Amino acid sequence: MEINISINGESRTFDVEPRTLLVHLLRDNAGLTGTHVACETSICGACTVLLDDKAVKSCTVLAAQAQGCEVTTIEGLANGDQLHPLQEQFWEKHGLQCGFCTPGMILTANQLIASNADPTDEEIRHGIEGNICRCTGYQNIVDAISAAAAQMRD
Amino acid sequence: MAQAPKFIGAPIKRRDDPRLIQGLAHYVDDFNPPGTLHMALARSPYGKANIRSVDVSKAAVAEGVVAVYTYEETKGIGPVPVGGLVPDAKVPVQPILADKQVLFAGEPVVAVIAETRYGASDAAALVEIDYEPLDAVVDLEAALEPGSPKVHDDYESNEAFVWGIAGGDVEAGLKEADVIVKEKMTNARVAPLALEPRGVLAHYLPGEDKMTLWTSTQVPHKVRTLVAGQIGMPENRMRVIAPEVGGGFGSKLNIYREEALAAFVTRELGVPIKWVESRSENFLTTIHGRGQVGEIEMGLKNDGTITAFRYNVLADCGAYYQLLTVAIFTLTGLMLPGPYKIANIEMNATGVFTNKVATDAYRGAGRPEATYILERMMDIAAVELGMDPVEIRRKNFPDKSEFPFSTSAGLSYDSGDYHLALDRALEAADYPAMRAEQEEARKDGRYLGIGFSTYVEICGMGPSAALGGQGWESARVRVEPTGKATVFSGASPHGQGQQTSFAQIVADGLGIDANDVTVVHGDTDVVPYGVGTFGSRGTVVGGSAVVYARDKVRAKMAKFAAMEFEADANDIEFEDGRVFVRSAPEKSAGFADVAMMAYSAIALPEDTEPGLEETHFFEPSNFTFPFGTHIVLTEVDPETGDVEILRYVAVDDVGNMINPLLVHGQIHGGIAQGTGQALEEEMLYGEGGQPLNASFMHYALPKANRLPRFELLHTTTPTDVNPLGAKGVGEAGTIGSTPAVVNAVIDALSPFGITHIDMPLRPERVWRAIAEKRA
Repeated sequence: MEINISINGESRTFDVEPRTLLVHLLRDNAGLTGTHVACETSICGACTVLLDDKAVKSCTVLAAQAQGCEVTTIEGLANGDQLHPLQEQFWEKHGLQCGFCTPGMILTANQLIASNADPTDEEIRHGIEGNICRCTGYQNIVDAISAAAAQMRD
Repeated sequence: MAQAPKFIGAPIKRRDDPRLIQGLAHYVDDFNPPGTLHMALARSPYGKANIRSVDVSKAAVAEGVVAVYTYEETKGIGPVPVGGLVPDAKVPVQPILADKQVLFAGEPVVAVIAETRYGASDAAALVEIDYEPLDAVVDLEAALEPGSPKVHDDYESNEAFVWGIAGGDVEAGLKEADVIVKEKMTNARVAPLALEPRGVLAHYLPGEDKMTLWTSTQVPHKVRTLVAGQIGMPENRMRVIAPEVGGGFGSKLNIYREEALAAFVTRELGVPIKWVESRSENFLTTIHGRGQVGEIEMGLKNDGTITAFRYNVLADCGAYYQLLTVAIFTLTGLMLPGPYKIANIEMNATGVFTNKVATDAYRGAGRPEATYILERMMDIAAVELGMDPVEIRRKNFPDKSEFPFSTSAGLSYDSGDYHLALDRALEAADYPAMRAEQEEARKDGRYLGIGFSTYVEICGMGPSAALGGQGWESARVRVEPTGKATVFSGASPHGQGQQTSFAQIVADGLGIDANDVTVVHGDTDVVPYGVGTFGSRGTVVGGSAVVYARDKVRAKMAKFAAMEFEADANDIEFEDGRVFVRSAPEKSAGFADVAMMAYSAIALPEDTEPGLEETHFFEPSNFTFPFGTHIVLTEVDPETGDVEILRYVAVDDVGNMINPLLVHGQIHGGIAQGTGQALEEEMLYGEGGQPLNASFMHYALPKANRLPRFELLHTTTPTDVNPLGAKGVGEAGTIGSTPAVVNAVIDALSPFGITHIDMPLRPERVWRAIAEKRA
């Protein structure tokens, strides 16, 4: 089936099987491999992307459900050479090690800050509960999100 | 180096990060050479079953299917490699695809190769395997009962091996004791769960007779040597690349069936073959960790002096061994005395086959088990003797003047000051105030607990002879004609950040900027033969190799500069991008200019070749022994059994730190994993040997809202085992945290008279323990 979808601001058309998951369209058809698959049960959040500005787990969204929608992936977050504040702060605060969870974590955090511009640590920890990181113990991720929120408020 | 370090010791941001935070990194599944076919495996749903028949006819004609492989077509592939054995261990042969029997749920039986990922999965589901389910072996103790079902029909029993270690005389030590405390304890089987599952992409080019194997591994050279051997290919025709690797924690320190299978199939078909593990496959077929049930006996004098420590343990091997299954249990024995002066120790281990996937190295690998039982017993003994848990520990520490300290397990601890780390932690936690808070809370019916863990671990794996081979690491340092430097490391980091820390090491020694140093690893065609990253060895052993290779290059550059300046090479200094004569600093040249001299080679110093490229294989003289004290404050809700961690204070002594930012990251992550084992994590199996919680929906692992903020401090006791004075940090957090958390929970429950609950301390288990005492 044909799917029209805007990915990181660019309108694109794909011909895929109806059962194709959004994450596989992004990775295999659109060639955007920054979105990762790590659990296929929508628990770990490594596949998180923004679907019409809402964070969704793209391993449990059919590509067909994204018909006519705007998708933002980690590749589309920076503004040209200018990193997004979340990207900057994850780097600054050592909020990643192996990096596999990072794209999903950053996009979830993006939605968190969009709905709460000044989150407490507790609110951040609650907000990223749906994203698993096995490397960092989360502390530097919490600090990165907190610092990015502050930067975005300025 | 003469000048003070500029980069070593500085918390420099990682140079790996820009690609990772922008989605521009490449993990195995991100490579898609044209014509790639996908592999899916039909796997056993049973713990143990006879295979009556295999019918692949429907799968073979499914849309897009290119080939189907069973045992018959693949029996020429060598079995899964096994090492680190103990004498007289029974060693079952693990085939690549099962033949007449499957011995654990998830064991692969048929491989299907198809044009698409979905098509391969569909076709694997069409494979018809007629199984006759058999009784499975799940429980370790029941496995050794007479009449138990057997994992391997051709062995007499489920006993895999018997191994022991003894120092001193435990019987005499127990006789000498005023009190003897005993407990039975479990270190549950847990899953490593690197967030990136395993994956392999194999591409054979028939014209060149050359294969490239991208695989998510911690040990690319081991994979090359062993997989090439399995498929009968000269290893120098195979290039193994560990691209971006999304975590390992020991689980990727192994050689797995799918690697050999993909390598075999690409050679048959001449097109790229990709297999990427699903999370459920990861739970079923990637190694697990821990898996020990044992009885401990500890003798003490009334003043708290330990006179004897004995551990009789059953060790869960799974159905087959993987690379280091047996060796991991022996590490528990070596670390049995922990940070204490225990003259008499003994561990008697019986390896047990079960119808489960193998256990093997998982972060800490044998040492967390030793630390857990020892630190738990220290608390149990403290309660028995009416001592403070701090005092009983102090009573048994060696003094710093006693290092190097020889243990009854036969190790020599390089350096340490255990009292200092404990003091620092007590001060940071404000222990008296913590106890007062606990006291106050109890008056209000709240249950707070304080838990200690004073640990030492064995790191920097290690001298080759002590490891049964390959304890060294390699590095090559090249200064390019333009003055940039490139490090080629045999270590294979996968998130630890050595692309940054190795650059720091080279920058300081050569007096250049760390940004002018590039670090390359994980490609067997490019880096010298290497051992890999595991056992907290990446910086300790791999970084030391970098130091020596760097110094060789530096010495060679000094010769060129000395020739140019008509000075003595020993009088040449490197600083801020300049090379100059120490006693006559006006004689100076740019670092790049000197590099160019070596490549132009118009003039050569005596006995000197052109070029600036040096290799070093570093063989450590001993292991390293990081140590520390973790203090945890918990609150237990007696009505629900829920545990909340209120404070976590950790003092870790990892020797000199190359990059404190990365050190803290390692400790954070380690504490999180160790806390997961303490409170939540455990693989559960049904009677038939099927895992009951083989998904992230059912296996609890730490989420952000279940963990506290960690308060990290350090003491610094360098080691003289390596030129960096670094001890390693990859596993410290995991080893220190588990007993500290459990001890804190048990301390909280002491008003109920509870002295031990087995991990994981899930709410239900805690609640039941309280309910039992209340009844």
